[in-house]
Amino acid sequence: MSEVTDKFKTMLYLNGVSVSFDGFRALHNLSIIVHPNEMLAIIGPNGAGKTTMMDIITGKTKPDDGEVFFDGRTDLTRLDEAAIANLGIGRKFQKPTVFESQTVWDNLEMALKKPRGVFATLGYVAANDDIARINEILDTIRLSSRKGDLAAGLSHGQKQWLEIGMLLAQDPKLLLVDEPVAGMTDSETEETAKLLKEIAKTRSVVVVEHDMSFVRALGTRVSCLAEGSVLAEGTLDQVSANPVVIERYLGR
Amino acid sequence: MISQLIFRALDKRAVWVVCALLLVALAIPFANLVLPEGNPLHLPNYAVPLFGKYMTYAMLALALDLVWGYCGILSLGHAAFFSLGGYAMGMYLMRQIGARGVYGNPILPDFMVFLNYKELPWFWYGFDNFWFAALMVVLVPGLLAFVFGFLAFRSRVTGVYLSIITQAMTYALLLAFFRNDLGFGGNNGLTDFKDILGFNVQAGTTRAALFAASSIALAIAVIVCSAIVNSKLGKVMIAIRDAESRTRFLGYRVDNVKLFAFVVSAVIAGVAGALYVPQVGIINPGEFEPGNSIEVVIWTAVGGRGTIIGPILGGLLVNAGKSIFTGVWPDHWLYALGGLFIFVTLFMPKGIVGSLRSLFSSKTPQREDNEATRDTGGADTRLDADLQPGPAE
Repeated sequence: MSEVTDKFKTMLYLNGVSVSFDGFRALHNLSIIVHPNEMLAIIGPNGAGKTTMMDIITGKTKPDDGEVFFDGRTDLTRLDEAAIANLGIGRKFQKPTVFESQTVWDNLEMALKKPRGVFATLGYVAANDDIARINEILDTIRLSSRKGDLAAGLSHGQKQWLEIGMLLAQDPKLLLVDEPVAGMTDSETEETAKLLKEIAKTRSVVVVEHDMSFVRALGTRVSCLAEGSVLAEGTLDQVSANPVVIERYLGR
Repeated sequence: MISQLIFRALDKRAVWVVCALLLVALAIPFANLVLPEGNPLHLPNYAVPLFGKYMTYAMLALALDLVWGYCGILSLGHAAFFSLGGYAMGMYLMRQIGARGVYGNPILPDFMVFLNYKELPWFWYGFDNFWFAALMVVLVPGLLAFVFGFLAFRSRVTGVYLSIITQAMTYALLLAFFRNDLGFGGNNGLTDFKDILGFNVQAGTTRAALFAASSIALAIAVIVCSAIVNSKLGKVMIAIRDAESRTRFLGYRVDNVKLFAFVVSAVIAGVAGALYVPQVGIINPGEFEPGNSIEVVIWTAVGGRGTIIGPILGGLLVNAGKSIFTGVWPDHWLYALGGLFIFVTLFMPKGIVGSLRSLFSSKTPQREDNEATRDTGGADTRLDADLQPGPAE
């Protein structure tokens, strides 16, 4: 299969991406491919470039070199954050970032996939479908009973879930999820793995995570990043058996 | 869509504020014109334009609150929009003087005759018509805010840097308007007004009408601001205030939302300035003083930012206090103002309205209350760091 046809079939295509900050090489010749309806778990030590990679995909950082394509044809390096979000790429941050001074409901309403223009937003009236969709998401993320509460009052795990709910409301084609289970209890972690697997049936998902039991529960393809490039790829067992991975990451 | 917006705008609090303003719009003229001099509720003539001035200040504070309290844009140049609206109205009032000026020139205002102008500068054309002046009152501040905001927000200038350039903007306008050859009366500004819409500006009835117009304009501004902050756009504005980059990742064009709020705010400030000028009888470059814009921030902070009633209350109370204080102890007003601001920042970071609300709703916090009284470390630090030296200087 030639590289060109390959690229057109991908949901996310990173080829030879490099970026440096003040001489520090955050990413070095990074290449990653995610197919439609596929989940990819990314592991790797701190400073491996996981968050920088997400910054590049979502338009926060521009790469010095390399190609970044979405859905096989859209060059993401030319677009800004809002345009990329509207294409259908949703991002959950490492530290849960919900709008704390607003209610759970309002957080979801803002995230809901609707026209984002100033006047469309000003004149927005919630349709019955929208209300039903938000209620559905509230059920999924188990926050129905808290919908009128301020997001600031939620527990850490609930904020993580609210943010996943906001991602769902955006109805993206590709979800970038940065450390979704940090600070969660074991049962919450288990539920999150189930939820992400469910989501990955109809969308592409990239999960960055340190929690190995969570990655195992996801049961998906794994990439190990180190020093800004891919160290090893394959199933979790293959990757964790790789001597270089053990030396550079797991063995510590 | 419009009816939906107005319906949403009129929540319980906004209805109360609007009703109170309309009541005042009737009560003050009544107390001045109808009640006889002996009546204890009679209002002396000097008080009517004074109260009218407070109303326009309250409107300016509300305009600032829309961008600062709800959208996190700390503008230190809002007096510029107020002054530009004031100048547009002043130009209309100058043209109404006609041949009654000291030099008796039917076309040229006195200062132009004095400065040897041979003919009216092109930018004074049209200002003999009220409708044209009224259009300019809205258009000039709106356009300046649009151009300024477009450049600043698109370049992602935020926080302290934005505050500094808004301050620079009003300072630049101050210097420009001080120049005689700019054609706006130099440091004397525009004054000696005679008529507005054919009525004598000095007459008691005109002043009562101007007061009523100011109250009604403020009521309309309350409805407009309330419609915006109660809409989904208002939620997005608060989201931008609290977590700007997160809002971008949700797909909202943060720069456009800010630009919208900034332009609406500038227009409200411009209308306030236009109502201010006929009531005080003069507009001069001193209105562009950077300190004036900082005072507006203090009114808003004292009343309670992020609420609709807070800035109105702050604008009225601080200015009433200023009138009383400067009468009794004229040299020390700035110290009192600076002290008040430091006190509010340290002990009542949510302002009067915010503090009252958290007092009454400490058991059952509601959404609006928390929204209004939320304690953002960022905004407060910014307030502490940049503004305290301002009023005390």
